[in-house]
Amino acid sequence: MPESQPAAAEPRRTPLAAVHERLGATMTGFAGWLMPLRYRSETAEHQAVRTAAGLFDLSHMGELRVAGHEATAALNYALVSDIAAVKPGRAKYTMITGEDGGVIDDLIVYRLAEDEYLVVANASNAATVAEELTERARAYEATVNDRTDDYALIAIQGPKSQEILAKLTGSGTDLTALKYYAGYPATVAGHQVLLARTGYTGEDGFEIYAGPGDAEAIWSALTEAGSGEGLIPAGLAARDSLRLEAGMPLYGNELSRDLTPYDAGLGWVVKLGKDSDFVGKAALARRAGEQPARKLVGLTGLSRRVPRHGYQVLAAGAPAGTVTSGGHSPTLGKPIAMAYLDAAVAEQAATAVEAGAAELAIDIRGSAEPAALVSLPFYSRH
Amino acid sequence: MSVPEELYYTAEHEWVAISDSTARVGITDYAQRALGDVVFVQAPAPGARVTAGDPCGEVESTKSVSDIYCPADGEVTEINPEVDDDPGLVNSDPYGAGWLFKIRLDTDEELPPGLLSAAEYSALIAEEEQ
Repeated sequence: MPESQPAAAEPRRTPLAAVHERLGATMTGFAGWLMPLRYRSETAEHQAVRTAAGLFDLSHMGELRVAGHEATAALNYALVSDIAAVKPGRAKYTMITGEDGGVIDDLIVYRLAEDEYLVVANASNAATVAEELTERARAYEATVNDRTDDYALIAIQGPKSQEILAKLTGSGTDLTALKYYAGYPATVAGHQVLLARTGYTGEDGFEIYAGPGDAEAIWSALTEAGSGEGLIPAGLAARDSLRLEAGMPLYGNELSRDLTPYDAGLGWVVKLGKDSDFVGKAALARRAGEQPARKLVGLTGLSRRVPRHGYQVLAAGAPAGTVTSGGHSPTLGKPIAMAYLDAAVAEQAATAVEAGAAELAIDIRGSAEPAALVSLPFYSRH
Repeated sequence: MSVPEELYYTAEHEWVAISDSTARVGITDYAQRALGDVVFVQAPAPGARVTAGDPCGEVESTKSVSDIYCPADGEVTEINPEVDDDPGLVNSDPYGAGWLFKIRLDTDEELPPGLLSAAEYSALIAEEEQ
């Protein structure tokens, strides 16, 4: 007798779900997980990350361990970047594409040791990435294991994050020596973790990969250590507005299966010259030589209405592109958006801006709201 | 969840304060919580004729947009200039400083038809929460 499937699967709970409920978070379903959307005010959470620090539960992300004598070669074949060039203790932002060069996911790869890697994927693509990596590693002496359930991921992000975390990492760890995009084993509040200086907010910050059983203790310790410094818990709404201000892409918005890294203006992640064949190489080599038909640009709204994903961008009243992500920017105090704009229009608009005139607008629910072309990112901490 | 006794309500989560054929209108505490941080309010223009049940404006938050439905027939007399400057008032003081607009009511009756009492509205939101 075939087993019947439940009508709708229950969302998965992270190891910190009870904490969020105690904190009164507004929870939301995201990629099959129950996640905190906001605790009180997403604007306050956003601003805390920019001025002090925010604490995030990112345990929904997928973690895949790739290990073995030929782990490096396997990943060099599977991914577009030169993984061999990543030293142990360092990390790389990269992508996995199809044979046609279309992006399957954007990833962070941590090299834990000579022959051991942790590949971190977006929650929505974790299963696909696991399948693809397993398939691509088949010809190599390397194993791919889905370790998502073995990790909780807590991020602390903001200018005060080092000061706060330093109270918990013990005398053996010098956080000032932990460089951006580096990660290594450490202890936080006495618990063994993988500690990385990575993040998705445009601020200094850390991502803490811990055992699920240690998550609550680490969260509490960070909360206490940060209580005098302005640290507050921050949800997915703030995470999205922060990464938008920082001009960082979101898979599903700026990146998709139909776009190559070059289309998104992220061709730098592809190392065509690396010492190995890789999935998508031929298609990407062709694409690298072409002029993209559209360009990913930044726009600020000149009225107060908020542009959203899918809204049309108009140039002199005619359709010229589409908003990929939009929102209110608490830091800039105005609406911002990323959009794919017709390349010729983007070029003209850039020149026009210098000349003091640009006729771009965004169709916001039937009303053409004027917008200005700006360079990305909207916000940089430097 | 605040539901002041002396106000009237609509099923679309507006509140109405009636005095002397004038209705002052805003959105409820329940609505502002659901919306999140309000960043912009499009209220109906002063002088506009409005009809009960018709959408007559928008409240835009960081994450979403909701229509404002007009609670009664009449003519818009005033919109709240404070909310234009500081849309966050809708979150921090939805029944007070966060009021949105005023209508001069058509009806001679004390109470425009179709409005809910505080008790009826409380029951409605209790059901929606389940």
